Amino acid sequence: MTGSPQVKHHGSDMFEGYPLDTADTAGDQVVTNYTINFGPQHPAAHGVLRMVMELDGEIIERVDPHVGLLHRGTEKLIEYKTYLQALPYFDRLDYCSPLCMEHSYVLAIEKLLDLEVPARAQYLRTLFAELTRICNHMLNIGSHVMDVGAMTPNLWVFELREDCLNFFERMSGARMHHAWFRPGGVHQDVPEKLLVDIGEWVETRLPKLFGDAMSLVIDNRIFKQRNVDIATVSKEDALAWGFSGPMIRGSGIPWDIRKAQPYDAYAAMEFDIPVGTKGDCYDRFMVRVQEVYQSARIIKQCLRDMPSGPVASLDRKVVPPKRGEMKQSMESLIHHFKLYTEGFHVPAGEVYVATESPKGEFGVYLVSDGTNKPYRCKIRPTAFSHLQAMDMMAKGHMLADTTAIIGAIDVVFGECDR
Amino acid sequence: MTHPAPLVAPRENLAAALEKLLGKDLLAHVRAVDEDSITVTREAIAGVMLQLRDALEYQQLMEMAGVDYPDRPERFEVVYHLLSVTRNHRLRVRVATDEATPVPSVVPVWPNAGWLEREVFDMYGVLFSGNPDLRRILTDYGFEGHPQRKDFPLTGYTELRYSEEDKRVVYEPVRLAQDFRNFDFLSPWEGADYILPGDEKAGGTGEAPGKGAPSPMTADAVKKAGEAKAPPPPTPKTTDREAQTGAGKGANKAAARPSKDGAKAKPAAKSKTPATAKAEKGSSKAPAKPRKPKGGDA
Repeated sequence: MTGSPQVKHHGSDMFEGYPLDTADTAGDQVVTNYTINFGPQHPAAHGVLRMVMELDGEIIERVDPHVGLLHRGTEKLIEYKTYLQALPYFDRLDYCSPLCMEHSYVLAIEKLLDLEVPARAQYLRTLFAELTRICNHMLNIGSHVMDVGAMTPNLWVFELREDCLNFFERMSGARMHHAWFRPGGVHQDVPEKLLVDIGEWVETRLPKLFGDAMSLVIDNRIFKQRNVDIATVSKEDALAWGFSGPMIRGSGIPWDIRKAQPYDAYAAMEFDIPVGTKGDCYDRFMVRVQEVYQSARIIKQCLRDMPSGPVASLDRKVVPPKRGEMKQSMESLIHHFKLYTEGFHVPAGEVYVATESPKGEFGVYLVSDGTNKPYRCKIRPTAFSHLQAMDMMAKGHMLADTTAIIGAIDVVFGECDR
Repeated sequence: MTHPAPLVAPRENLAAALEKLLGKDLLAHVRAVDEDSITVTREAIAGVMLQLRDALEYQQLMEMAGVDYPDRPERFEVVYHLLSVTRNHRLRVRVATDEATPVPSVVPVWPNAGWLEREVFDMYGVLFSGNPDLRRILTDYGFEGHPQRKDFPLTGYTELRYSEEDKRVVYEPVRLAQDFRNFDFLSPWEGADYILPGDEKAGGTGEAPGKGAPSPMTADAVKKAGEAKAPPPPTPKTTDREAQTGAGKGANKAAARPSKDGAKAKPAAKSKTPATAKAEKGSSKAPAKPRKPKGGDA
């Protein structure tokens, strides 16, 4: 028998004469692993994520995510700004849920100052943090289903996201970068009509449109084939890798900072923590879907119980006075001038304040040396730990599953790279 | 408690349990602003973490932060934030180190410490012994220096831009159209602890110690401070080898040519403002022995 030297004999002559040298898979000497770049420009990478992937055919052997392509030195910049000047940097971290980024920061300052915040401000913050959560989940759910092949639900949930952005615009004047949460409360009161409209929207448009969109997805065979049993994370792994938010709840651990360590008005809110059963991409997706309904519940309670009163602390050493006051009182004018030049001083000390952002635990470690600028402000991004587990989660899956895994992580690079 | 920040109940008997568990490795235990933080010996950190995870139920490592205190003999602090989801408690663990002494890695205890340690290494240059993959993480490929150190300037040393003439990205030393201004807003009546100009004779050295740069510095003083502190800018990075461009032969050839703008930039130095030219002239004849900076630059 003559054949090419690579042909191995399997104890059968039935393939004799066929060029079978490419069909060998077991124990062949040909190196089949190869390395590809996923990103940094890839529509499913949700930003500038570069992943060096080692593939065996279509099976992922190793993933090395390279992050930092959007590093802007936020923490360094904050050290050179007063506490109030540093606030807008937080909007630019996770630009899909800007208010939740501000939330951790203002709470950290208030904790160091031990500053009392009026009830209305706490309720407004809770309300808009939850609206931000819905807004964020609309983006993530939409892009997740689009990453695995569905187009229509994305267009529908983006309608809802647009509604949210319109509400934010009426609240602060900006659609994305609000700088609306301030140390001591919020910047301005909202128009009464806005609260009425949000209430109406939560009752009618949100459940209808969102329910319609999700009815196309959650029982869809293709969607399930792409997500069920993909990147299963056990409870132990979720703890060891520092997971938080929907990622840890998807793995079946009912951990939610809003419940466990309530801040602002969350202690008075009634809501459930949805958890997954298997810890796969589908569970993480469904946790987010359920969270939207829970957020709607919280919004309704906030609107029902919304107290009246001031929207920011009346401590004039921290919160600047209104412009009308400044025209009447010399003291107000001085306070305004001092707060917008020197800023307020924060007593020396350090705090780590973490809140439940839509993506997980978003923490701010604030070290103050008693001056008007933070000595150190370390930001704990959610995506850092989640993305780090990419190798663990993607190993053994197909290349095409990466998009589902990244979609279920809910990563935004403004926050990851800082 | 008046602030609305997340509410964490104090853990009962924590101090005694830590004392018993860690023994002499526990250097200090402080409870301030409703938060527990402990300082432990650097060498024992991996063992301490294992104990805290298994015996005291701190299952998660949420965060690692570096902090730079240039005045201390061991200038860096590495701060770990642990979370117990069963006890609903947070604990801060810190170790001190300097530029040369490595901190034992906690990757064997928590796998997600890998990137967190990489970040502290990237930002501060703290070494972690036992970390299997201690590369830079957030900064650019080929970056030099550790940007979060207090003595690293906010502007950095190099800047990059796309050169339309060269059709590639070029790295150049930072050139600021206007000097970096760090305003001092501290009130001389309460915050500032430096001598106001004109008050030198009333006692004190006139040097600015500690916090905040003194705002009314004379041009001479600024120049002197610059000579003493500013390290020489590193050589600009360019993609000068073909292998670095990865853009094919034609582009490689183009890339091998030196930057035309860079060449042009030199004669353009004549048109600099007298102040910058003077400052540069001054820095070129830097004293052989650098002046010892008094006080840290905070």
